[in-house]
Amino acid sequence: MVYLQLFWSFFQIGLFSIGGGYAAMPLIQTQAVDLNHWLTMTQFADIITIAEMTPGPIAINSATFVGIQAAGIPGALIATLGCITPSCIIVLTLAYFYYKYQDLIVIQGILSGLRPAVVAMIASAGLSILFLALWGGVPGIAQIPQVDWVSLSIFILAFACLRIWKPSPIAVMFGAGVLGVIAGFLTGDLKL
Amino acid sequence: MKKDLHFYWKLFYSTFLLSAFTFGGGFVIVPLMRKKFVEQYGWLEEKEMLNITAIAQSSPGAIAVNASILVGYRLAGVLGSVVTIVATVLPPLIIISVISFFYAAFRSNPVVNAVMHGMQAGVAAVIADVVLRMGKSIVDEKKISSVLVTLGAFIAVYFLDINIIIIILVCGALGAFFALRREKSRKERS
Repeated sequence: MVYLQLFWSFFQIGLFSIGGGYAAMPLIQTQAVDLNHWLTMTQFADIITIAEMTPGPIAINSATFVGIQAAGIPGALIATLGCITPSCIIVLTLAYFYYKYQDLIVIQGILSGLRPAVVAMIASAGLSILFLALWGGVPGIAQIPQVDWVSLSIFILAFACLRIWKPSPIAVMFGAGVLGVIAGFLTGDLKL
Repeated sequence: MKKDLHFYWKLFYSTFLLSAFTFGGGFVIVPLMRKKFVEQYGWLEEKEMLNITAIAQSSPGAIAVNASILVGYRLAGVLGSVVTIVATVLPPLIIISVISFFYAAFRSNPVVNAVMHGMQAGVAAVIADVVLRMGKSIVDEKKISSVLVTLGAFIAVYFLDINIIIIILVCGALGAFFALRREKSRKERS
């Protein structure tokens, strides 16, 4: 049953995305693309892109998007509910112990143990998106020269901007979208 | 502070507005919550908000959701946290629902396609920047074990397709084990 599956998938995403922000991304990819086929890889990259441009946590944005693709508005509500249920339970339990003992040593130990793994997993999901943007999928050695030159140029430009001036990611995304349209006119894909 | 209808309404709309207009995730929204609930309304003490932030960042799930649950609970128990959860989740739920309905129709539009094409390269750059920054902070710790865990986890996820949840459980358990051992030897010394 799709509702139950949505709830359970996003329950796991909520439960195991530790460290905030992008930590949910690899879990969403596993659950929504690899295991349940609710999204294609392109749709996954789209929702990460949309989430970057809109307010709200990536996990909640994706829960709504995936839920609607899989089962309409009820699906969105159930996926969102699944996503926040672990938070409700764990946050209140943790708060109880925190006010009782005033320390989080074990929790902080778990977090510091997880940090290197979380970086690696974000890198893995990020690499999938990079390959999709530049080659339309994971390229073999022979396909490496067939890179999408427009995407590669935008990627390098955006990356350089982020490293040098540290602008807000939204500004970078906006610029990348504008460059995409300009490139469309230059290559003749778009016409007035 | 009176817990009347007016209070719950104020709690709801202030949380709703914070969630609707905060771009950039938990690390941005928590300081704004502090500003609203500590400085402007005086509903929470400074120290209380620091505790809430520590717990929200230590718990799994979205930091913004975690923090709002705790703020609601501190102010008005379970009912308060229900109010803040709904107010936090509603804006992204509405915005993404609207986008989703247009998505199917618009995705094949050539202009939208060109915008998304550019933005996907942009988001790849944003993620690459995040990974580089997080990776640098791990290398800066100058602990060879952390660097090895990073490389090992990457190989396990990317090349061996090992389930992420297993990796999280293993690394979390190791972290807890070493934290307890450090704590024990620290107590024995003192």
